[in-house]
Amino acid sequence: MTNTDFTLAIEDLTVSFDGFKAVDSLNLYVDKDELRVVIGPNGAGKTTVLDLICGKTKSTSGTIKFQNHELTELAEHEIVQAGVGRKFQTPSIYENLSVYENLEISYPKGRGVFGSLTFKNTEEVDARIREVADEIFLKEFLDMESALLSHGQKQWLEIGMLLIQDPQLLMLDEPVAGMSVKERELTAELLNRICVGRSVLVIEHDMDFVEKIAHKVTVLHQGRILAEGDMQSVQNNPEVIEVYLGH
Amino acid sequence: MNFIYERFLGGKNGAIGIAILALLILIVLPLALDLFRLNLVGKYLTYAFAAVSLVLLWGYGGILSLGQGIFFGLGGYCMAMFLKLEASDPETTKIQSTPGIPDFMDWNQLTELPWFWVPFESFGFTVLAVLLVPTIFAFIIGFSMFKRRVGGVYFAIITQIIALILTVLIVGQQGYTGGINGITDLKTIHGWDIRDDSSKYILYFVNAFLLLGVIFVCRYILTSKFGRLLLAMKDKEDRVRFSGYDVSNFKIFVFCISAMISAIGGAMFTLQVGFMSPSFVGIVPSIEMVIFAAVGGRMSLIGVVYGTLLVNFGKTIFSETFPELWLYLMGALFIGVVMYFPNGLAGIWEKHGYRLVGCVKNLQCVSNIKAMIVSKRATKLVSESASGE
Repeated sequence: MTNTDFTLAIEDLTVSFDGFKAVDSLNLYVDKDELRVVIGPNGAGKTTVLDLICGKTKSTSGTIKFQNHELTELAEHEIVQAGVGRKFQTPSIYENLSVYENLEISYPKGRGVFGSLTFKNTEEVDARIREVADEIFLKEFLDMESALLSHGQKQWLEIGMLLIQDPQLLMLDEPVAGMSVKERELTAELLNRICVGRSVLVIEHDMDFVEKIAHKVTVLHQGRILAEGDMQSVQNNPEVIEVYLGH
Repeated sequence: MNFIYERFLGGKNGAIGIAILALLILIVLPLALDLFRLNLVGKYLTYAFAAVSLVLLWGYGGILSLGQGIFFGLGGYCMAMFLKLEASDPETTKIQSTPGIPDFMDWNQLTELPWFWVPFESFGFTVLAVLLVPTIFAFIIGFSMFKRRVGGVYFAIITQIIALILTVLIVGQQGYTGGINGITDLKTIHGWDIRDDSSKYILYFVNAFLLLGVIFVCRYILTSKFGRLLLAMKDKEDRVRFSGYDVSNFKIFVFCISAMISAIGGAMFTLQVGFMSPSFVGIVPSIEMVIFAAVGGRMSLIGVVYGTLLVNFGKTIFSETFPELWLYLMGALFIGVVMYFPNGLAGIWEKHGYRLVGCVKNLQCVSNIKAMIVSKRATKLVSESASGE
């Protein structure tokens, strides 16, 4: 594959589990400053695509180019260090640490064994933690044990733990699951804000929410792309209505 | 100064805890116990090294090793090899068919010192070996397991099996290792007799200071970002990995450090007890070390020292009176702790300790009030008797 201008360029990506192709010759291109939403019925392979990009699952064939670096050959932590951040479906935060400590651990310094032993929380680190906390609406909760946060706040915290690393590609798996209406609005605003200067890839089921954030929508079905385009065209696509949106 | 206070002592509570422990093992016990009992405490404190190492590895890292005896034993054997060589000079071993080699080698028809024994004639090399041999061994085990993401129960079982294999190896290679009897009859370091009363006192204090030093270092590690990462890994390993950390490197490092700490304990054991044998390497001692840590509280560097001391005193007392019951009691203790006090003695202290402190304060209040009442009555009586006159 030749070099491209896309932040993320996936070509012919296939992964097969004992003969079952969870993702089948997928091609997907995401631009800088773009917020892409991937939708599709259960088992369409949405989460598997994120797993493949971040290295959690190894592909059977195909290429994943991120800023023209091939990701399929890198280890998980190397992919993160290259600038890819990923939020899991269920909030994955360190429950027994405070919000502040969660963000501090995610700060991209002192990532080696010895670096972590000598890591110092400087003013710069402290300022950055507070800045991110402000961005994810958790400024007042910095000292709270994160287990005590609401479900929606935990989702925000995990997004914040990615933001503090300033990734060029941010992948969010169902970021508004379990959120209240108010929290959804705030999250939509947050996502619209943070997709500037980077690419964001979101998996989501809530169509109202998708409408608020998506620049472009990709519909996956049985590991293949069923449709791609702006919200309007996807919603009116008869095939998409048939398999996913319903009549 | 503040940095040292926060990072090495662990703030106010940590500093008080360390101070009380230091008071106990450096002053109270040496004054209160005769040399025989103090030597026993010294022996127990060598096990405490292994228990402290398990706080890092198991308590914080969530990696249960049932093979800390491996490293305790390797450290102990390295030290014993040096002492044995010094005890086997040609003069004292002249009745052997090959004078100048350790007696058990002679009994096994060895006619020269095996190559891997030769460097242990140097004390400097021995000290390095005590620290590095177990660490390198731990690195090999850790590298081959953690890079393949072997963890949890599998890791525990594999470490236990390695402990068993090492025991079998030591027992089987009698000519090189002293076999089931171990390496015995150890006497001097550069002519300094370790069996003297004064040497026993000195070794006890060296051991106690080393233990406190190890606790300081562990405290530093646990209060650094590394310590928080260990906790984070125990909770959500994938989140740490997908935050850009190579999780396996951190596990390998903490495993190596824990091996080195256990090895220091093993070497001090050899020096204080005067021999080393496979019965301190295998499965049973390794599991006992886990029990010490569990009883003391696996999240508490200081708690595990008390846990080790208590369980071992219990062992000494009970095995003198009911030797056959001790193992069952130990098992019951472990199950009881895991089920009812998952944070061990330290957990009980954190939960109920403040009541005790409150009680002591109350007692003082009560006695103050009593004193006041008594003095008032006294003045009343005095004044009454004065007016009565």
